[in-house]
Amino acid sequence: MRTWLYKADTQLSPYVYISPFFILFAVFGLFPLGYTAWVSLHDWSLLSDEHSFVGLGNYSELLADPYFWNALRNTLSILALSTIPQLILALILAHLVNRPLRAKTLWRLGMLLPNVTSVVAVVVIFSQLFGRDFGLINWLLESFGLGRIDWQAGVASSHVAIAAMITWRWTGYNALIFLAAMQAVPKELYESATLDGATAGQQLRKITIPSIRPTIIFVVIVSTIYGLQVFAEPQLFAGGGPNGIIGGPDRQFQTLTLYMYEHGFNRGFEFGYASATAWVMFGLIVLAAAVNYLITRRIRSSR
Amino acid sequence: MRASLRRLLVPIMVTGLLATAACGSDEQPGGNEKITLNVALFGDFGFKPLYEEYQKAHPNITIKERISDYAAHHQSLISHLATGSGAADIEAVEIGYLSSFTATPNRFHNLLDLGAGSLESQWLPWKWQQGLSTDKKTLIGLGTDVGGMAMCYRTDLFKAAGLPTGRDEVSKLWPTWEEYVATGKKYKAAAPKSYFMEASGNMFRAMVEQASTGVYDDADKLIVDSNPAVKKAWDLTVDAIASDQSAKLAAWTPEWSAAFGKGTFATIVCPAWMTAYIETNAKDAAGKWDIAAVPGGAGSMGGSHLALPKQGKNAQAAYDLIKWLTAPEQQKKIFKATGNFPSTPSLYTDPDLTGFSKPFFNNAPLGKIFTASAQAVQPQHQGPKQGDVFNTIGAGLGRIEQGKQNAADAWTQVLSDVAKLG
Repeated sequence: MRTWLYKADTQLSPYVYISPFFILFAVFGLFPLGYTAWVSLHDWSLLSDEHSFVGLGNYSELLADPYFWNALRNTLSILALSTIPQLILALILAHLVNRPLRAKTLWRLGMLLPNVTSVVAVVVIFSQLFGRDFGLINWLLESFGLGRIDWQAGVASSHVAIAAMITWRWTGYNALIFLAAMQAVPKELYESATLDGATAGQQLRKITIPSIRPTIIFVVIVSTIYGLQVFAEPQLFAGGGPNGIIGGPDRQFQTLTLYMYEHGFNRGFEFGYASATAWVMFGLIVLAAAVNYLITRRIRSSR
Repeated sequence: MRASLRRLLVPIMVTGLLATAACGSDEQPGGNEKITLNVALFGDFGFKPLYEEYQKAHPNITIKERISDYAAHHQSLISHLATGSGAADIEAVEIGYLSSFTATPNRFHNLLDLGAGSLESQWLPWKWQQGLSTDKKTLIGLGTDVGGMAMCYRTDLFKAAGLPTGRDEVSKLWPTWEEYVATGKKYKAAAPKSYFMEASGNMFRAMVEQASTGVYDDADKLIVDSNPAVKKAWDLTVDAIASDQSAKLAAWTPEWSAAFGKGTFATIVCPAWMTAYIETNAKDAAGKWDIAAVPGGAGSMGGSHLALPKQGKNAQAAYDLIKWLTAPEQQKKIFKATGNFPSTPSLYTDPDLTGFSKPFFNNAPLGKIFTASAQAVQPQHQGPKQGDVFNTIGAGLGRIEQGKQNAADAWTQVLSDVAKLG
């Protein structure tokens, strides 16, 4: 009996110790995921008690809806417009702060400030900056003799405005992650490069970027996942009216999450359909992560 | 410690007993039990001072209010109803959502079982009807305000455009919507740099709300494609957009709010509740806004009910509170404080109400204007996805405003989008 207990202790205890994470993950991660899949197979409205099974009907309806593809296009466009400048700026910022500076901590902490600010506050301020009639940016454009832009009306202009909000919030955060990785790069490399007459730009391209490649991969993947789920920025940018649901009258900045919100929380609360959208989005995110991984792995091996 | 506690408790209990005694037979047996009632609203209904009054008369009741914005409030209400918990004892429901609840009333207390039947004559008949389920057996809400319509306009902009500024002459400019749009054309000719209306969607919505049938027929079937009143409103609105009358502002955006004060547009369709928004958004423009009659006679836009979700435990206490809050006397106080117009016709002859005016609007007789408007309302049947249908058509008008589509293409897309809602 005692040996049995002892055996059980040594063999089971490790699992018990790590179980809290898995139990929590099952309750708050796995179960909702599975339940959403179940709901997505039904004609499931929050307003009624009848939930009839429709199989993959929601999925086929979704993939046949041009507004879904429009939302996907918008999401990818905003993703590209925000992630690429964000990563380039973050790299440059991190590189600048990584050099000997006065009040180092102040600069580094300052970079995190936009990320600490609530997304609502950021979007409210940016929406005013990008305002059509009284916005600061249009005022500047006009004083340089350029025309005003109705930022919300155009496809490209609204995407740029939303991408600017995302870039503002996440550049500093990513720069800090890059900075942490840069600190691990041996100082000798920079010293000898400086002796050889390499400029700061050359050092960034030839030493820093190759050395922190794994961190860049990580940041790219995380930013992509965030970018595919962008919701608060376009929703609040449109104001409190119906544009916050469909992303402008022509759906010019409706993202995938807004599309899901449109169906899940409006139009009779079609939770089945919204769940199907959620699953398709999940698939897309997994796909995007996989593609990212493959591309970056190739870059790494080709070094 | 214990003695001091008793010293504190005794007076409270005595007051409680006295208060109960004072309330007389009205009170339920066991009315001394401490009850907390949660009230969930969208925007400020102006209830706060009334709670204090009510709590003073009913010391066992504590009222807690939570306010969120329009969309968030209704969405969380629906999720709370679906999941069976989390809803407040008393929930406000706007007319745009009410019809989706009256179609499936089983998640609310039937107010007829709680004694509301005898109160029917207190409300405008159509306001009462709106709270009834499709089979007329369940009443889910008691009416608060109605959105009797008027037309708010800027006197300074009218003067600059050579139009009359007195509210009676202005009302005479537009007995019909056609004449309203014609006035807009005159305005544009005289003041080409400013706009006549804030956005075209409100004009369209007002026209449809005035018709005897709107976007749904009495059997809840969508008739956007076949109702001539809808097409007529659409065509006239398109005409107004074509003559560049609309400032193309999306409601509830910062640009929209700022425009009230800056004076970039001259008129806005004004349901009674809108007057409060104008006042708060255009503090510096006092005296520049005035109120005239709405084209087309009358009509109601917006308005709310108070409903009791079935998951609430204190149905009777909650019912007593909403009965009191929606009683004429309280509705009058709310109107004076916020501009939300009462739904109880007994007030429409009350000089205290009809004589009410506001200095902000050049002392315009708000009471008289909105009374006339609310009395002339032709009740119209509202269907389950009323709000979504109007949003869909509004997006079509928005596409024309933003130059993305011509009127014919926008209409085709509206019809196919509306059909998908069905």
